[in-house]
Amino acid sequence: MGFLKPFLRASFRHGIHPDPHKGDTASRPIQRFPFPDRLVLHLDQNIGKPSLPIVKKGQEVVRGEPVAVADDFVSVPLHSPATGIVRGIELMPTARGPKTRAILIDVYHGSTQEVLYSVKRPLHILPRTDLLRAIQETGMVGLGGAAFPTHVKMTLPPGQEYEIHTLVVNGAECEPFLTTDHRVMLEQTEDLIRGVRYALEATEAKQAIIGIEDNKMDAVHAVAAAIEPDDPITVQAVPAKYPQGAEKMLIRSLLGLEVPPRALPASVGVVVSNVGTLAQLGYLLPRGEGLIERVITVTGAGIKRPGNYRVPIGTPIRFLLEEVGFEGEAAEIILGGPMMGMSASSLDTPVTKGMSGILVLNEKAIEQEAENIYPCIKCARCVQACPMYLNPSEMGQLAAKREYEQMESRFHLTDCFECGCCSYVCPSNIPLVQYFRIAKAMNREKAKA
Amino acid sequence: MPIFKKPQIEVRTSPHIARHQSVADIMLNVVLALLPILAYAVWLFGLSVIALTAVVMATCLGTERLFAYLSGRPNPLGDWSSTITALLLALTLPPGFPLWMAAVAGFVGIAMGKALFGGIGYNVFNPALIGRAFVQAAFPVSITTWAPGLFEGRFTSFIPTTFTPPFLSPPAIADWVKAVSLDGFSGATPLALQKFQHVQAPLNDLLIGSTAGSAGETPALLILVCGLYLAFRHMLDWRIPVAVMGGAVLTDLPFYLLDPVRYPDPLFVLTSGGLMLGAWFMASDMVGSPLTTRGVIIYGALIGFLTVIIRLFGGLTEGVMYAILLGNASTPLIDRYTQPKVFGTVRKKEESQ
Repeated sequence: MGFLKPFLRASFRHGIHPDPHKGDTASRPIQRFPFPDRLVLHLDQNIGKPSLPIVKKGQEVVRGEPVAVADDFVSVPLHSPATGIVRGIELMPTARGPKTRAILIDVYHGSTQEVLYSVKRPLHILPRTDLLRAIQETGMVGLGGAAFPTHVKMTLPPGQEYEIHTLVVNGAECEPFLTTDHRVMLEQTEDLIRGVRYALEATEAKQAIIGIEDNKMDAVHAVAAAIEPDDPITVQAVPAKYPQGAEKMLIRSLLGLEVPPRALPASVGVVVSNVGTLAQLGYLLPRGEGLIERVITVTGAGIKRPGNYRVPIGTPIRFLLEEVGFEGEAAEIILGGPMMGMSASSLDTPVTKGMSGILVLNEKAIEQEAENIYPCIKCARCVQACPMYLNPSEMGQLAAKREYEQMESRFHLTDCFECGCCSYVCPSNIPLVQYFRIAKAMNREKAKA
Repeated sequence: MPIFKKPQIEVRTSPHIARHQSVADIMLNVVLALLPILAYAVWLFGLSVIALTAVVMATCLGTERLFAYLSGRPNPLGDWSSTITALLLALTLPPGFPLWMAAVAGFVGIAMGKALFGGIGYNVFNPALIGRAFVQAAFPVSITTWAPGLFEGRFTSFIPTTFTPPFLSPPAIADWVKAVSLDGFSGATPLALQKFQHVQAPLNDLLIGSTAGSAGETPALLILVCGLYLAFRHMLDWRIPVAVMGGAVLTDLPFYLLDPVRYPDPLFVLTSGGLMLGAWFMASDMVGSPLTTRGVIIYGALIGFLTVIIRLFGGLTEGVMYAILLGNASTPLIDRYTQPKVFGTVRKKEESQ
């Protein structure tokens, strides 16, 4: 098929084409969400060390004021999304399962949407280290779902000889149902470009490429139109294919580079950042404000007003579902997208910085999964789907026999980033990626012991 | 009353959606793709093929159900895989094959080819071919007794050998053949004619299947169309039949160029015997074939190569069955040496060179 190459958009190999389901929300502009009565700010909503609270029970806080500070380099501060009073620091349910410590804030009725706290800096003369510190102080983490502190990502690992040449801006949004990045690219185009310029400065990359899936051509054109001629920024459409938005896949699609197993994108001279993250950074940095809200897609069966909402961090999903009008029987509530998101175990789980969507599935949508598991018929669909070129079929059979170490030693289990393509395509209904998660956890336990 | 009430919301791990195509969907489509070939076989050979298919189907499904019952597994007939085995077995037997021998083939195929390994997904070999290989060894005369296609009275009477009583040898049918066939039917397949008399059957006859052979292996063109249907619906890896056919052509071509009288031309190789049916419907069986693209191509080419070698230099006229069984046997070995290379490792190698 080499002769077709000039006519095809470059992409990574393998992957799947799930039904995008984006029609319900893609054309709905971002709407601001009201404050709930109580906000729940988990201290551990970023990857790395949990934030260190600096407020006491009963203390009054204003919208935008820091309530917790970064406890380490790989940590970020938290800001109060509303004006109110600190109710306490208590254990609250998280999407992951265990309860962890969170700052509870009772919101004053009639609390203003105006941000009352900011620290302005002369950004244009800041040296790189101070710019990175300014980024850290916004409390910014990867909004695509990973919640990895943005300033850490833009800092090279110490002692490494890498040189960053390209900043890849991830506008793929390959998860079905989610449309937040799409709307942000359309509505916050200026913020996004500004954010990309800051990120170029912070990473010292020579160029930036914004990669957008070709089912969002309106975003491609909008972003391209906002780039100034002297910006070293380009926009590139990539084929709509899951998991196009995975770091390693997008780098391969845009630059043709493959990041070696277990290495960071920096090892091939690339830093990847999400469009939502950079748009938010471009909005917050010049104002000197902290991250207190994010855009979330709320959609699915029984949602009366599906759409994209700018929601204060810490809003319990119970309040969120009540506000958008929820009717009917929910069988499952998913935080994030349907391919990699987490099931909510409690409606008291709050919106966190890394949460990109809330999706309600009813009985019918998940019927298939409840069916029996058949033996593997070696149809090789998982092998043809795995974007990491692993062998889910053989690993699945080893997992069923609990040969977890062999999965690692012979089949590179740790290179699986749990995109779920294998489980999605399996005609025998084998919970492959679910097996792999268990296997990884078991191997980690064993390594510790 | 169940102890647990239905949960209000369920908690699962991702992915929360799946493609709605199950094993049963795939298998059912293979069954559907085989039906036109069966219908054509009935048109060619009449009532005998209907009886043959019915008996093979009954024994295959019965054996599958019996072994599932004995080993306490749930009823496996819903996955349609034993129906495929039955259809393939019936189509690869001679149309007038004695019914009691067909029942033996069906039982052995499912019992020894599939149930003993643990049922669907665990069999090493294609069960239909296990059944056929068994009767090929057990009943060498019956398995090479051919009836002429389109013979007179095929919808009112049976081929005389069909109703051979159990454990008896079938009657000789040379006189019957002479009586019913219009154009001096020799009772030899195109492969035998080519091999021993160097007479090559016309390509047209091979394409439409009006030559001697097993019930459903002769209409090369129809088999190709049915196979393409499955390939387009992504229920068959098209690389396997293409590799089988490619391997066969490439193996045969040098011999044909050396001695076009003695050796068949590549088109004949493709359209004669069971190559089409074997390539599209038996070699492509997912369970017995390797996982990776590289593996599948090696596997297919190996089957094509072995088929031609057996046909040209073996004692038998036809080699597809043994070639596929040997291919199945080498699948674990092929799989072992064609593991996919993990993302990012290929690039590293290139750099270090």
